[in-house]
Amino acid sequence: MQKAWEGFVGGNWEHEVDVRDFIQKNYRPYDGDESFLAGPSEATSSLWATVMDLFAQETANGGVIDMDTDLVSTITSHPAGYIDRELEKIVGLQTDRPLKRALMVDGGIRMAQAACESHGYHVSPKVVDFYTRRRKTHNAGVFDAYTPEMRACRHSHIITGLPDAYGRGRIIGDYRRVALYGLDFLIAEKKAEKDGTQKHMTEAVIRHREELAEQARALAELKELGLIYGLDLARPAETFQEAVQWLYMGYLAAVKEQNGAAMSIGRNSAFLDAYAERDLRRGILTEEQAQEIIDHLVMKLRMIKFARTPEYNELFSGDPQWVTESIGGMGVDGRHMVTKTSFRLLHTLENMGTSPEPNLTVLWSTRLPEAFKRYCAKISIATSSIQYENDDLMRVYHGDDYAIACCVSSMRIGKEMQFFGARANLAKCLLYAINGGRDEKTGEQIGPKFRPVEGDYLDYDDVVEKYRDMMAWLAGVYVNALNIIHYMHDKYCYERIQMALHDEHVHRWFATGIAGLSVVADSLSAIKYGRVRVVRDETGLVTDYVCEGEFPTYGNDDDRVDQIAHDVVEVFMKYVRETDTYRKAVPTTSILTITSNVVYGSATGNTPDGRRAGEPFAPGANPMHRRDTHGAVASLASVAKLPFRDAQDGISNTFSIVPGALGKASGMFLDEIDLGDVSLDLSIENEPACACCADASAADGLSDRS
Amino acid sequence: MEVDPLAVRGRVHSVESFGTVDGPGRRMVVFCQGCPLRCAYCHNPDTWDFAGGSETSVAELLERFERNRAFYRGGGLTVSGGEPLAQPEFAGALFRAAHESPRGRIHTCLDSSGGAWDPCRPERFEELLAHTDLVLLDIKHSDPAAHRWLCGADQERILSFADELSARRLPVLVRHVVVPGITDSPRELRELGRLIARWDNVVGLDLLPYHTMGLPKYERLGIPCRLKDTPPMEASRMGELRELVLRARADERR
Repeated sequence: MQKAWEGFVGGNWEHEVDVRDFIQKNYRPYDGDESFLAGPSEATSSLWATVMDLFAQETANGGVIDMDTDLVSTITSHPAGYIDRELEKIVGLQTDRPLKRALMVDGGIRMAQAACESHGYHVSPKVVDFYTRRRKTHNAGVFDAYTPEMRACRHSHIITGLPDAYGRGRIIGDYRRVALYGLDFLIAEKKAEKDGTQKHMTEAVIRHREELAEQARALAELKELGLIYGLDLARPAETFQEAVQWLYMGYLAAVKEQNGAAMSIGRNSAFLDAYAERDLRRGILTEEQAQEIIDHLVMKLRMIKFARTPEYNELFSGDPQWVTESIGGMGVDGRHMVTKTSFRLLHTLENMGTSPEPNLTVLWSTRLPEAFKRYCAKISIATSSIQYENDDLMRVYHGDDYAIACCVSSMRIGKEMQFFGARANLAKCLLYAINGGRDEKTGEQIGPKFRPVEGDYLDYDDVVEKYRDMMAWLAGVYVNALNIIHYMHDKYCYERIQMALHDEHVHRWFATGIAGLSVVADSLSAIKYGRVRVVRDETGLVTDYVCEGEFPTYGNDDDRVDQIAHDVVEVFMKYVRETDTYRKAVPTTSILTITSNVVYGSATGNTPDGRRAGEPFAPGANPMHRRDTHGAVASLASVAKLPFRDAQDGISNTFSIVPGALGKASGMFLDEIDLGDVSLDLSIENEPACACCADASAADGLSDRS
Repeated sequence: MEVDPLAVRGRVHSVESFGTVDGPGRRMVVFCQGCPLRCAYCHNPDTWDFAGGSETSVAELLERFERNRAFYRGGGLTVSGGEPLAQPEFAGALFRAAHESPRGRIHTCLDSSGGAWDPCRPERFEELLAHTDLVLLDIKHSDPAAHRWLCGADQERILSFADELSARRLPVLVRHVVVPGITDSPRELRELGRLIARWDNVVGLDLLPYHTMGLPKYERLGIPCRLKDTPPMEASRMGELRELVLRARADERR
């Protein structure tokens, strides 16, 4: 066993890249409470004060302190940058000074320009010229291939948020590999993989070989990035501090190269804890030092920033990065995966105050140790900065080494990636079905010229039949548009370093998204159980609806309408699967969009359920505002009926509750009764960090080549 | 002949799937339709009319509970109103079915003012009380005359009901709405303490501050609200007022 690994339990992980095997053999579940934790060191407090100061300067400056306009960001583009070199236990910045935004152009030069212009900066004409005329961008490639129909769908907003102007994001490199194996080993592996590809040079094999070459090259650049900071990443990490530093360097390389929405960091606490425990055993690490190292890592993650346009930030109500770190969960062998480092990560919210980034996500199981649950609750109450996700549900599909990308999307680390993007507006699609493909707002023929509905009243069977046809069309356009986008992204904006930290053959998800589900469910319910009369304008276009009679609404645990919502998801996914996907990616969908539901609503006319034109959709899979009248359990039960197997990329239900509605605090019973087992154990999704990534696309007309 | 409890039907105003204030834990709360009392501070006047609501079977309600059973761990089923005692066969069948549920016994909680208790026909309530785990008993006012004014009915039935619960040793949590100028005087609170002191089965006391959120309902229903000019009660005073009641109760029991 090599020196860096002494003291670890050996296994398959020594012979091939198998991080999970290392974790399972070496992590130690921790059942205790938070009393062992250490407060912030002097260095931490001093550094954090400096960073807070910089954040304040950013705000005062209207969003940024400084932006690169000349130097295009690559893994090795910048000299080392520091907050305060003497004090930092974990080093590495995206550029040469804190919070200076890097210039990233491979996704789209015009988007990069727009981001700079909006803050009063100007990308150097040389760079603009180069990326407009010589080096093609992802955006330019996409617009070369888009069909007129796709452009029309973008324009009418029946498909929104296509990631066609910047990094697609949502890919999680297995940054732990950098620490466990060192780069020489990983580079050799990649070279061996390349030597072992099929010899028959089909297009797929050629692409695969080129990607493996790029991956090896990116790993070499990461090694160089280490040297810029005086770190020897060629070898495995030998201490806890090094493990954290090595891992962060891998992540840093990714965010220097990609500005994707949602650059998640993975699931690192049990892995890192094995190093911490070893160093504590050896007496070369104290708890104060361990906490300081984790604090400094989290501080760096809080500083990850990209150059964005104001429209982008508006869409998400902030400047989010979705640096998601997944914590806890259960192992498939029945041991929980809470470690002391899980506590240390959450403790950063106490040591350095509350923060939306990194997006600390607890993989919740009813079987997590009680002390950890209590600590989570305590930190949640104090900071509102923890996101919880259902490990008991996801573990069934993804095992015990998956992580969350963005807000809810789960993937096995280093083994799965996803092609993500955009939302199909299913409410607008229903209106297209009624109007034979004409847009309800403009009257333009956007969809296929199918027969519109006739007569004054909507007939359920007739509408459903037409709706299925229109969904089949929409699914086709949507999947094909995504095929183009991901083809071009792989070609012009490939995630070299992130994919280098994956297995050679990855499972690819094709992650679609839908919006407006509850509007559709209620509209179809109104048509089925009430009577809906149409109102036409002079051209015969249906522009409004009058609903007579009562109808059940989604969100009340009423199967009559919940079944409709369920079927819509199932049918739409069936149509999605009928279209070939790029690189044989496996289709799934999400029902997520949290803040952009406002944008989708504003692009959609009156709907048969009585919703007025422009009125926001409900977020994600939520019932429409105020239509769930039977209390929270009924509302949750409706959402829970949606088919998770079709929507594995995530179903969200935004749920706020005032403390008083969670029951009476105490002081009801007299002393003589023991209410031992009566307690609330409700976990509530954290609201602020919940907007969904990658809903932004190039503005109309914002394409890099005409 | 044995009646199948699942087939029994009652008039139900509504169902709250996430009740957290009517009994311990998270509960499904069934609000019965119809109440014989007309309490001035009632915030659900829409549950008064015995002709309102909709007919619902025990089976439907149980099914609704069972499909979401996981949410109600540590909680259970509460019947409120309206006045559940006005439909004792229905409430009784519901609670019996809850206790005998094939998927496991469900904790039952009866939220009542006792206003529809009939001491001459206790057998009508036998099944209900035999299958009740906890009673939330509203004591409206300690003074008979004030009670009549406040609720439009005598206090006797309510006290008789409380005696019955005591004889059965059914755990009771006393609830008392504190209304400024009506039920918030130290005298009234002390009297309340003395009144409840005689029942050994009282396990808790919950003082509820009067709120005005029911007012729009009165307007919508065209019912004049007798307290329309009464301000809401300060919730922050509940602790001290509760102490007052408990001290009086303790003195009485000494």
